[in-house]
Amino acid sequence: MIDTTQATSGADDRARPTPLPPLRPGLRLGGVVSFVWRPRPVIVTLVAALGAFLFFCLSIRLGDYPLSFTQVLETLVGRGDPLARFLVTDGRLPRALMAVIVGAALAMSGAIVQSISHNPLASPDILGISSGAGVLAVFILTTGGVASNITRYGTPAMALIGGLVTGAIVYALAARGGMDGFRLILIGVAVNALMHALITWMMVRSDITQAGQAQTWLVGSLADRTWDQVTGTGVLAAIAAIVALGAAFSLRAVQLGDDVAQGLGVGLGRTRAVLLIAAVVLAAASVAGAGPIAFVAFVSPQVTMRLAGVSAPPLITSACVGAFLLSGADLIARTLLPVSLPVGIVTAAVGGPFLVYLLVRQNLRSSR
Amino acid sequence: MSTTMAVAPERASGFSVRRKRLIGLAVLCAAIVVAVVASLLIGANTLSPSLVWHGLWHRYIGEGTAPDPQLNEAAIVVQTQRVPRTILALIVGSALGVGGALMQGHTRNPIADPGLLGITQGAALAVVIAIFLGGVTAPIQFIWFAFIGAAIASVVVFGLSSLGGTAASPLTLILAGTGVTFFLSAMTSAVALADSQSLDALRFWNAGAVKGDSYDIILTTTPFILVGLVLAFANAPALNLLNLGDDVARGLGQNVTAARVLGLLAVTLLAGAGTAACGSIAFLGLVVPHVARYLTGPDHRWLLPYSALAGGLLLLVADIVGRMVARPGELEAGIVVALVGAPCFVFLVWWRRAVRL
Repeated sequence: MIDTTQATSGADDRARPTPLPPLRPGLRLGGVVSFVWRPRPVIVTLVAALGAFLFFCLSIRLGDYPLSFTQVLETLVGRGDPLARFLVTDGRLPRALMAVIVGAALAMSGAIVQSISHNPLASPDILGISSGAGVLAVFILTTGGVASNITRYGTPAMALIGGLVTGAIVYALAARGGMDGFRLILIGVAVNALMHALITWMMVRSDITQAGQAQTWLVGSLADRTWDQVTGTGVLAAIAAIVALGAAFSLRAVQLGDDVAQGLGVGLGRTRAVLLIAAVVLAAASVAGAGPIAFVAFVSPQVTMRLAGVSAPPLITSACVGAFLLSGADLIARTLLPVSLPVGIVTAAVGGPFLVYLLVRQNLRSSR
Repeated sequence: MSTTMAVAPERASGFSVRRKRLIGLAVLCAAIVVAVVASLLIGANTLSPSLVWHGLWHRYIGEGTAPDPQLNEAAIVVQTQRVPRTILALIVGSALGVGGALMQGHTRNPIADPGLLGITQGAALAVVIAIFLGGVTAPIQFIWFAFIGAAIASVVVFGLSSLGGTAASPLTLILAGTGVTFFLSAMTSAVALADSQSLDALRFWNAGAVKGDSYDIILTTTPFILVGLVLAFANAPALNLLNLGDDVARGLGQNVTAARVLGLLAVTLLAGAGTAACGSIAFLGLVVPHVARYLTGPDHRWLLPYSALAGGLLLLVADIVGRMVARPGELEAGIVVALVGAPCFVFLVWWRRAVRL
């Protein structure tokens, strides 16, 4: 993605007196739109998207009453027998959809924040958005008497509010006199610590049963999702994703560094603002939908960069990898494990070693 | 080396960097003295200053048989609780502060802290497993499990990130550390969700408290922390060179691999022992180096001692505040560090740009 080689058409090549070293093949349409043709990111995107769809279908197929793949596909396009339709629409489809939506949203959010702050550690978890959502959610869960009758919808709603408010606070504090990636990340980390302390405080003061419930929520889970939650998270995430993708062309310039981006004529302030707001909404929506599933937002962009061989995470590819990772993890959580574990544990158990494997492989290759 | 002059010319306006550093040092030392006095005076039992003073030197005996029961009780409270608690807060705070400064220096990442190498989570997992499988309950038994868990995690992270290369690159170290940290934390959650006794221990462990009711904790962890501090200070000149870039450092005759190994060994000792002693005290290792850097600039020969003093001061003050705000109970120091430290830190960053690495 960051590449100084230019896309050239055949005609340009011939016009030059000395042949250039082989450049990346380019594609230029009418002199306005030009791409560098890079097969690896495209292949990674397609494979990840296909894999995510496969996991999605498998997740619908498997269960106490297994369906065949044809039944799954028929039901998805609106046909199929009533029993299958009932099984799919009632329980399995919301969960499978939620996995895809949340995975993609978290990964895209992480890719945006990591690009803007130029720091691989930056992700919505680290900027405090997830823990801000957690504060209100844990408050509801540990003060059962106050709020027990609103927990079903109250927890997601409170999580959404908490995430958005925290994001707004971090943004407002960091945006003083122009957004600065360094300040953003330091303030985000501090706010994150504050929110974590509040959560820990509530956990310590609550009784052990409520602490257990809160701990379950804090790990992140996709079990028992309702259509309301899927719609809410899906709509919010989709709007934010469209906005982010609209600004993503400028993101490529931002990834080159602030000075270069300004030199290229990108309105840095506005681009950053739009992207960060989109990132906050994406993260808050997914925490509301599935709890603060750790690691997906951090690991997906990093894995994407390494698989695609690029130096900054592209948004769509990251989103596909995130959806792939979370759907796969949820499938493992649902079917392979003897005890049912929340999906947040599985993402870290699968994603952590995978990232380390990629790092080690990269190290070994570069030292050879 | 003239790094002192080279790194911070823009901060020298008005009065010299050197003078600013010396004044800062004096202020920190004075603040620590004040905090120590306050720590001895303030507690769940209300004792008058003179009683505390005499209690400090009185040789106490078992309760009920003393000629002066009030003085005897004061002596017990001061000598068995407040003194060890004060010492523990100072030691652990400086360990975590210096550990954080080393981590940020070696990784060149402003949000690195000792928790990043998997140290805190390795300790937490070891403790939870010890409770789940072995039924370990006493804090003094936790320490060894925590320390071993911390050490294993950091050796694994460092080993993985240096596979194939001559020295672990800072970026790989950070990423491998985060990967392993998340993994360990997921395993810890899995155990805690399965077993409510482990969850119970874990939530208090996460809160990070300074429990000074036992000299054993101090005696067990202090040697590791002292060795860690010595290694850290020995690492400071090399760290200044490394911050010019690995290639430049190598060109100037620095053994890069040796310097990295030494630094990470120090981080492991400091953070591992500190975490083992007090549980997970988040944020301290992150914020203290930034505050110290604001006073000293990025020269590690000054930054590390400053971080030690500022870290000890912050944890001690947090512990005192925790004793005061939640009477008759108390608020865990780890929670107070973040509740009090984070707004101050935000203000520092917001009001005047923190010094970059």
